[in-house]
Amino acid sequence: MSERRPPAPQSTRPRVAMLVTHIRAEEKLLREALVVAGLTCDVLLDRELRLDLLADAGQAAPNGRPWREYEAILIRTVSQSRGLLAALVLEGWGLRVINRYETAAICADKARTTLTLARAGIPQPAVRLAFTPAAGLSALDELSYPAVLKPVVGSWGRLLARVRDAEEAEAILEHRQTLGGYAQQVVYAQEYIEKPGRDIRAFVIGERPICAIYRASEHWVTNTARGGRASNCPLTPELVSLCERAAAAVGGGLLALDVLEAPDGRLLLNEINHTMEFRNSSAPTGVDIAAAVAEYVREAVLPVRARAE
Amino acid sequence: MLAVQEAVLCPMCDATQEISADAMLNELIACGDCGGELEIVSLQPLRLELAPPCEEDWGE
Repeated sequence: MSERRPPAPQSTRPRVAMLVTHIRAEEKLLREALVVAGLTCDVLLDRELRLDLLADAGQAAPNGRPWREYEAILIRTVSQSRGLLAALVLEGWGLRVINRYETAAICADKARTTLTLARAGIPQPAVRLAFTPAAGLSALDELSYPAVLKPVVGSWGRLLARVRDAEEAEAILEHRQTLGGYAQQVVYAQEYIEKPGRDIRAFVIGERPICAIYRASEHWVTNTARGGRASNCPLTPELVSLCERAAAAVGGGLLALDVLEAPDGRLLLNEINHTMEFRNSSAPTGVDIAAAVAEYVREAVLPVRARAE
Repeated sequence: MLAVQEAVLCPMCDATQEISADAMLNELIACGDCGGELEIVSLQPLRLELAPPCEEDWGE
């Protein structure tokens, strides 16, 4: 995707930070790709952050370097709450944060994602939001069974439940009330889409999809974190159009879009992930996703450099 | 074949872990014996700790 260029001298390289919870395969690939793209990349740990909310970007990052010396901060925290708050603070100081706070905040919250996509006219499964088990059961009756209960905030297929009837739904909602915090008590109920044993994960850079995979599984939850198998998915004009519109609706950036194939052939946007995992996706697609991300970051910092010079 | 930097023991099961030469600080690795998730908390000297358990807000 990106042509490898000879590395720039260390002193002239734009400096970016990658904020992480720890280093996974993705962060290792990204750091290498950022260096190949001609950037200097400092890795910062979210566990070490101490942010003075009454001061500005002149304060030191955990490595002692003033935050304002970074031309971009790539948020790669596995902790969504830490990543969101860090993005909010750093962006408030005028720093370039990737992904932008507003985009990440929309994607981190399934209710906000649904609303944002609905306003943009993006096709998606029917959804009901309710705040009590009783209202949730009524909402599920409207959707009809089977249906899917999801945490409003959550990932990796955690705590998803496919409920086949009101008895199952009642049990799940009762457990959520007893075991969960308030976020778990919000009822986000989604129409169950009978998938063809797979879903689609499309990778978007900016607002353009660069590749996609099928995630196949005998289980109805097809996340690769839950054992879904990845294979290449062609970027059809319909898929490209859906991804471009959905990415634009949430503000664009580095995004992984989950798409469902409905039995009637329609493509439905299911979720958008703002801290994409891609370790298993470059091989089947033949696309160097880390290099594409690094190129996006490099292009984002170039205007900053131009302004400074 | 990975270039091995140095061997270190899993803090959970004492199995020897071979760490590649390009290992990064705070990188997660899995113990081949017990399957425990480990974090490289020091490169010089090489030291491993159990990785923090998955939290409710972790994800993509």
